[in-house]
Amino acid sequence: MIRHPFTGLQQCGVVRKLGMALRRSLLWPLTALLAAQLAGCASDSGSGVQSQKMATINGRGKLVCGVDGKLPGFSFVGPDGAYTGLDVDVCKAMAAALFGDPGKVEYRDLNSSERFAALASGEVDLLSRNTTMTLSRDAPGGNGLSFGPTTFYDGQGVMTPVTSGIRTLKDLAGKPICVESGTTTELNLADRMRELDVAYTPLKFQTGDQTYAAYLGGRCIAVTSDRSQLAAKRTSFPSPDQHVLLPDVMSKEPLTPATVNGDPAWADAVRWTVYGLMQAEELGITKANVAEKLAEAKANPNQADLRRFLGVEGDFGRQLGLPSDFVVKSVAAVGNYGEIFDRNVGPGSKLKLDRGVNRQWTDGGLIYSPPFR
Amino acid sequence: MGAENEPAAKGVPPWWRDRRVLPWVVQAVVGLLVLLLIAFLLGNLVRNLTAAGLLLSWRWLNQPASFGIAETIIPFDATMPYWRGLAAGLANTLRAVLLGLVGATILGTLAGMASFSRNGLLRGIARVYVEVIRNIPLLLQLVFWYFVVFLALPNGAAAVQIPGVVLAKSGLYLAGFEEGVRWTVPHLVNNVWQAPLRVSVEFGALLTGLIIYSGAFIAEVVRGGIAAVPRGQWEAASSLGIGWLATLRWIVLPQALRVIVPGLNTQYISLAKNSSLAVAVGYTDLYSVAETTLNQTGRAVEVYLILLGAYLGLDLLISLLMNGLNRFVQIRER
Repeated sequence: MIRHPFTGLQQCGVVRKLGMALRRSLLWPLTALLAAQLAGCASDSGSGVQSQKMATINGRGKLVCGVDGKLPGFSFVGPDGAYTGLDVDVCKAMAAALFGDPGKVEYRDLNSSERFAALASGEVDLLSRNTTMTLSRDAPGGNGLSFGPTTFYDGQGVMTPVTSGIRTLKDLAGKPICVESGTTTELNLADRMRELDVAYTPLKFQTGDQTYAAYLGGRCIAVTSDRSQLAAKRTSFPSPDQHVLLPDVMSKEPLTPATVNGDPAWADAVRWTVYGLMQAEELGITKANVAEKLAEAKANPNQADLRRFLGVEGDFGRQLGLPSDFVVKSVAAVGNYGEIFDRNVGPGSKLKLDRGVNRQWTDGGLIYSPPFR
Repeated sequence: MGAENEPAAKGVPPWWRDRRVLPWVVQAVVGLLVLLLIAFLLGNLVRNLTAAGLLLSWRWLNQPASFGIAETIIPFDATMPYWRGLAAGLANTLRAVLLGLVGATILGTLAGMASFSRNGLLRGIARVYVEVIRNIPLLLQLVFWYFVVFLALPNGAAAVQIPGVVLAKSGLYLAGFEEGVRWTVPHLVNNVWQAPLRVSVEFGALLTGLIIYSGAFIAEVVRGGIAAVPRGQWEAASSLGIGWLATLRWIVLPQALRVIVPGLNTQYISLAKNSSLAVAVGYTDLYSVAETTLNQTGRAVEVYLILLGAYLGLDLLISLLMNGLNRFVQIRER
């Protein structure tokens, strides 16, 4: 099915041909009028999975992924121009699952204010940009996103210079606090401070860069955001040890990749690719041994679970509209969830964050993949 | 002869060749097409929004905003509804635009006059100011004023102090009457400045940027207006022994106004629109509040309609006032 470039409506059959003819003539603006009759067209028949988005992505030959681009550990452009980070690895895993090639991703840097519009307008296929899942963002009457599995359980924190003398939230009374506009942190800050009955001055900036520049410039005594983001930004400060995170955790911030509402097949493909990374960790499948495990599964018909998971038997991939070996491809590209965490934000990175609640459920954490059945 | 012409004069031509009918038919067809297009676009919008479950709705305006605004001139807190937040943002925008208009007009007029000065240094400064400022993007200038100039100010006791005025990183503090009676000068409480009148550095940076940027354009408009007054007027004044400033004030400027006012209109409208760049320097104007609102409610179409309406209304109001002024300064034929 084809969408009209201006109206976004579906076109098909005779009407589409008429549209093409008109477009070639000088009457192309009239094609908009034609799009009126098109909403009722029957969709293309063929594969069992019907997803406009996946058809678009496959036609384009690459995935367009919305990321932050300026947040070390989550999505950051290195000196060689390559993107790295936990959010980026979700994009790469998705591209590997779709095309068998983690490089087939085009990244779009989005600030927190423009991210939802970019997703809703179809400018990006997947939003993997440290975005908190909330009711109003999920609900069709709100932002109308469709969230996948949470890839990082975070909480909101406050960072302040060591020398500021601020130890708790109450010490912030009457002080200016820098915050990025259009974030959940902006609202949580207002809620928490109202609960504590502490008056404060919120200074809102459109981008993270401006927010942290104003903080480092000394305009505000504190800056608030997700604790992981504060820790990540701190690594790029001139003297990171001069800034401290307050112990208060102000909110729950489950950072979750999102797709546009109204395309459940595409949302499912994203959901189960990410779950695949988590399940791989649980099963001890790593980037290094995935080929070995695959050979093992192929050789041993008794390992039914592993064979299904790796696509040796069953049709999980086809049910999702993905290749049958999508798990193998994505794990071979970026490793399992644990490897992604360690490499980007854990011990293998500058951030050195603890796994904390982001451990596997078998270790008492919240990372839990539903069964691949 | 007469007999030959008679059939053509008497007979009514067919309507498709009738010069009185044809224009009406063409206009009716074009008008119908335009109406159809509008109806289609609106229908399309409604249909797609309905499909996405986002049909225009304004009930959210009454829900609590639950975000704060740093400085407002009308009272606002997080428990108030969205419309109050948007109103507070609009008031903040109006404050910046109004003060910006006054400041830019004064600065621009002075710079425009200075470019006709007999003092070469003054003339040079005016030219350099216009050429440098006109050719640098406003956003860059705003960011420069905020991050480089205002955020480099010292804080606390080290702040810049002249009697009655304190300029610190946290803002500009002015002396004034507290509770209407007691004259109070800025003073330090717990190393934080307190004063009856306080302007944030965000507002300061925005206002400075807008005034200096628009001032350069207004200077050119004023220069053009003065240049349009014939040389003979200057020479006549000079021969009567009238000084340079008095000539400008009483003879040249009143005539130049006719040329200046229409050009000013454009500059004023640009200034009003440029004020929406406030978000880059952390000043909470209408655009900034609207953006937060949009992110919290997801009502993109409604929020943008409000924004469009507000800026359109503001610009039309400026135009209306300037057109009135224009009629007032035109030469009236007697």
